[in-house]
Amino acid sequence: MERLMQMLSDYNVLAAFWTTIQLTVYGAIGALVLGTIVAVMRVSPVAVFSRAAALWTNVILYTPLTLIAFFFAFGVLIKMNIRLLPEPPATLLDQHFAMGVVAIAVYHSSLVAEALRSGINTVPLGQAEAARALGLGFGQSLREVILPQAFRGAIAPLGSTLIALCKNTTVVATISVTEAAALMKSMIEFYSDLIVPIFVIMVTGFVILTLPLGMFFTWWSKRAAVLR
Amino acid sequence: MTDSPAAAQPVVEMEHVDKFFGDLHVLNDINLTVRAGEVVVVIGPSGSGKSTLCRTINRLEGINSGTIKVAGEVLPEEGRELARLRSRVGMVFQSFNLFAHKTVLENVTLGPVKVKKSGTEDAKKRGMELLERVGVANQAAKYPAQLSGGQQQRVAIARALAMDPMVMLFDEPTSALDPEMVNEVLDVMVGLAQRGMTMIVVTHEMGFARKAADRVVFMSDGQIVEEADPESFFTRPQSTRARDFLSKILTH
Repeated sequence: MERLMQMLSDYNVLAAFWTTIQLTVYGAIGALVLGTIVAVMRVSPVAVFSRAAALWTNVILYTPLTLIAFFFAFGVLIKMNIRLLPEPPATLLDQHFAMGVVAIAVYHSSLVAEALRSGINTVPLGQAEAARALGLGFGQSLREVILPQAFRGAIAPLGSTLIALCKNTTVVATISVTEAAALMKSMIEFYSDLIVPIFVIMVTGFVILTLPLGMFFTWWSKRAAVLR
Repeated sequence: MTDSPAAAQPVVEMEHVDKFFGDLHVLNDINLTVRAGEVVVVIGPSGSGKSTLCRTINRLEGINSGTIKVAGEVLPEEGRELARLRSRVGMVFQSFNLFAHKTVLENVTLGPVKVKKSGTEDAKKRGMELLERVGVANQAAKYPAQLSGGQQQRVAIARALAMDPMVMLFDEPTSALDPEMVNEVLDVMVGLAQRGMTMIVVTHEMGFARKAADRVVFMSDGQIVEEADPESFFTRPQSTRARDFLSKILTH
């Protein structure tokens, strides 16, 4: 017990999970914005857009997140020396964090785009025809009629994507972002006798983050379902 | 019905219109002029191309050759101009196609607010008047799925009317309805016809054709086979195909 208290005073578990939460929130916002753009391009009548979006989705979807994280951290940040945050006040660790967010957003944008596309497919063709027949343009039809219904149909898969995203933030431990998994690694290194409690603590942390998310999205998708 | 439809301005003009679905010649040299205030009923067996004809007029279906003019203007390519023209052509679908995530009133105000840029309050006031007219004002706050088919179709008519269309297209408006709901929709349509609305109605409702149509257009195999006033068409059809069709549907 004493060792455990000692470890918890050496390592700031809450701060590490706070980093995980920040990665999740910023990454999710980025993924949602990017994924929506890709999904809209995918269904647009302009062939160049829809092909570019399909290429983006398929390439990213079948690429490991670790590769994307390495690309942004060691390629874009270190080798090309492209910095996303003004320095100072940002430190190099902050730059790694920002690249981690970008990697997470890019990777999950493909999952968001696919979730939205499946949502768009739940909207009957007649809805788009009725919108066009009223004189709404392509953008207006999407904004007013198709996407609001598509989002409702996509809430459940978007929820699964968000939970996956939260868990996948652990990958950026590999590019020096001190989130929960990175902390776990160094705790195990110096308190290997406490390996089971460490594991239990970290698992509990992730369950506290993801379980309510899952329950919320299930409830929300039922509530928002479009009656037909 | 206006006094002299023949003298009125043409609203829809179709000249030598051809359309193919693959090898199938769905519209074969269609020539049809509909003038302001006219009510034209298009009838014919399934697969005769009558729905397709209706859908080409606001270019929900493109055509392969020929010209279609609405209010004297050739239908533009897909884009802003076409959207502007569509906003003046009301359309009522077989499957209603009300916006499922919007209330009845929002369905009726969406077009005026977003396309005609009417003020929200004006659009609501006018929307309520139209819902009143089609008899569903008391359902304004509900969602489409909470209404019966007949009520939904009447909302769809109000939604189209809210754009102040110069012509209304009805694509089999009663075919998806339970029998007891057909009349409530037809009554609204007869009312519109009596107010002088220009209408093109694809339907199987012979009663409506007799009551409200100025002209019946009979289609078969993608062609307009016969055109006549309802009385002559139903009592003295000229073509064998029309006689054959009428004998099948009027015997019961």
